[in-house]
Amino acid sequence: MKEKQDYIRDIAKVRSMMERSSKFLSLSGFACIMAGIYALGGAYIAYKVFGFNSNGIGYGAPGSADLSGELIKVIFLATLVLFLALGTAIFLSSRKAAKRGEKLWNPATKLVLINMAVPLIVGGLLILVMISRGLVGLVAPMSLIFYGLALYNASQFTYEEVRSLGLIQIVLGLLGAYFVSYGLLFWAIGLGVAHIVYGIYMHYRYER
Amino acid sequence: MNISITGVNKAFESRIRLGIMSALAVNDKLDFNTLKEFLDVTDGNLASHLTALEKLDYIMVNKQFIGKKPNTSYAATGIGKKAFAHHLTALEQLIRGVIE
Repeated sequence: MKEKQDYIRDIAKVRSMMERSSKFLSLSGFACIMAGIYALGGAYIAYKVFGFNSNGIGYGAPGSADLSGELIKVIFLATLVLFLALGTAIFLSSRKAAKRGEKLWNPATKLVLINMAVPLIVGGLLILVMISRGLVGLVAPMSLIFYGLALYNASQFTYEEVRSLGLIQIVLGLLGAYFVSYGLLFWAIGLGVAHIVYGIYMHYRYER
Repeated sequence: MNISITGVNKAFESRIRLGIMSALAVNDKLDFNTLKEFLDVTDGNLASHLTALEKLDYIMVNKQFIGKKPNTSYAATGIGKKAFAHHLTALEQLIRGVIE
């Protein structure tokens, strides 16, 4: 006959197995902090070096795909920031997974990626359309909104705090869409400051 | 089925079988290697526990080929889910001391 202690351990085992097999828990808080730093750096370079700041929704006449040199540089910079952040996240998360004796790629990881992919791809395509139509002012807020939706959508398969991070991005994106001339500032707060704060919180909450 | 008077299911006395059912309760299906990774057990050990659960009709086995590689995936059956839920309820009651 098993003892009461054994039953308590059984229940604990059930809970941890359910969580481990259905939630993506390998995302490293440090990777979030790094993503935030890259975003802040990118926003600073775009603003100071390239003088990128949209004062209105349009950039040239609507419909004229006016891809000036500055704009192409900013797009290149944004892509660079994205890949740096992704690369750091994959590298640090696989290290964290290895430390926990798990593999980075498991059913939960797949669910998180699928659920993020739909809003991200839709948002990415919409942003490309907007750039081609000269609606550059809305690019930063739109990227925040769709990133926020992606986080919100994927949050049920990972740490529950991701849901609040998603909502914060959506609110900042909407504010940025209304106050278009502050779009880059809201973008820096969302992808920069919010990521850093969130990363520090996650690090202290789950990784110590 | 071997269920004790307290409602505790003997099939789930092994931590590995308990773990298998927990993972299959929250995932539609899982393949052998994923289960092995979650449970941290050897191939033979996992296979024997899976066979035991299959014999009780608690899990279904689905064998197929992905390209040229055989891939076996497992899913909990309705009977298995019910038995697992009963077992968990029994455990909770034992812990709360409803049945002494």
